[in-house]
Amino acid sequence: MPLEKLYLDVPGTTIFDAEQSRRGYHLNQFCMSLMKAANRERFKANERAYLDEWPMSEAQKQAVLARDLNRCIGLGGNIYFLAKIGATDGKSFQQMAGSMTGMTEEEYRNMMLAGGRSINGNRFLGEDGDAQPHRQPQGAAGEVGQPQGAADRNKAKAI
Amino acid sequence: MARITASVFTSHVPAIGAALDLGKDKEPYWQPLFKGYEYSKQWMKDNTPDVIFLVYNDHATAFSLEMIPTFAIGCADSFQPADEGYGARPVPVVKGHPELASHIAQSVIQQDFDLTIVNKMDVDHGLTVPLSLMCGQPQAWPCPVIPFAVNVVQYPVPSGRRCYNLGKAIRNAIESYDEPLNVHIWGTGGMSHQLQGPRAGLINAEWDNKFLDRLIAEPDALANVPHIEYVREAGSEGIELVMWLIARGAMSDSFDGPAPKVKHRFFHVPASNTAVGHLILENQ
Repeated sequence: MPLEKLYLDVPGTTIFDAEQSRRGYHLNQFCMSLMKAANRERFKANERAYLDEWPMSEAQKQAVLARDLNRCIGLGGNIYFLAKIGATDGKSFQQMAGSMTGMTEEEYRNMMLAGGRSINGNRFLGEDGDAQPHRQPQGAAGEVGQPQGAADRNKAKAI
Repeated sequence: MARITASVFTSHVPAIGAALDLGKDKEPYWQPLFKGYEYSKQWMKDNTPDVIFLVYNDHATAFSLEMIPTFAIGCADSFQPADEGYGARPVPVVKGHPELASHIAQSVIQQDFDLTIVNKMDVDHGLTVPLSLMCGQPQAWPCPVIPFAVNVVQYPVPSGRRCYNLGKAIRNAIESYDEPLNVHIWGTGGMSHQLQGPRAGLINAEWDNKFLDRLIAEPDALANVPHIEYVREAGSEGIELVMWLIARGAMSDSFDGPAPKVKHRFFHVPASNTAVGHLILENQ
């Protein structure tokens, strides 16, 4: 009998279940190694060489080098593990979380100060909240200077 | 006999610890949050327990993916504040209570909950931030602490019902301990927050406040809320709130006793990415 995964229809959300954990095992264990100051120094001195010590996929290594946390999560990473990379970079949890929305730091911070992201339209895939796939990236990145994103969104709205 | 006199519930956002450690707690951003804990710090001074049983979750600190215990009880003499990647927090070492912890482990396992006994571990912000919020910045924590770590990182986490029933088992265990200790049980984590993906930053204050109402008035019914509701309504990391049900299950009214008295209630948005909720309940 297949496992029931009720959480697959929550937009903009990846649940770190056993399958994701299996996929991301080495990526997450690499992150754990950054809890030692000496390892953080070695990683910072030569990121690629440090990553090559781990049996991670090339896609996982590239996602780490690019600090693309959404890709890291897609490849099995979990935010509490990935946070060790952010800590190594001197980033706060808010900077890390914000980086996954496409918003600038200031935009994300202002959203939180205004009470956070609304749940409305963000409960189920297929609604029209700001976390839905057709509304990425968020903030100015999805408005000006990124006509493609805005165009896609208008198209999606029209649908 | 030992007895549980009160339960404390609070979020455990790491940025709160950083704000205190870096002396930013008087800044306008943080002032309203710390103001909400002023009553609590005084209450802690006036009602210092002999032991705190502190339910929290480890955030990929003591437990990597090598081992993922669902429920882990700290039975060591002491626990060091962990280096989570920024260096360890400059807070006191956490002294344990190995005798009571071992007693609870033996009793609770015999009540059919499979606890993992941990004799060596560091404790992260999940445990030290609630202590800072409730005790301020002392040279030493006011009493021994038994860390009780719940897996809420790798899905599936334990259900609300299982957590609530575990709280009852912990109460049975504590009340069968011979020494007349005054014990507080704390449930930490939450409230609504999501730290990942395009839905990061989710806050659902209406749901959170209803959760607080129900935790006070009808915890047994609240324990029926399924995982998916926490994830959908309170965010992927909001599921930490199941841990509050462990502390709530240990209160007298779970055993047909009188309802607890609400000594303090506080809610604030935001602390970094998170809605902060806080309750103090006293058994009557």
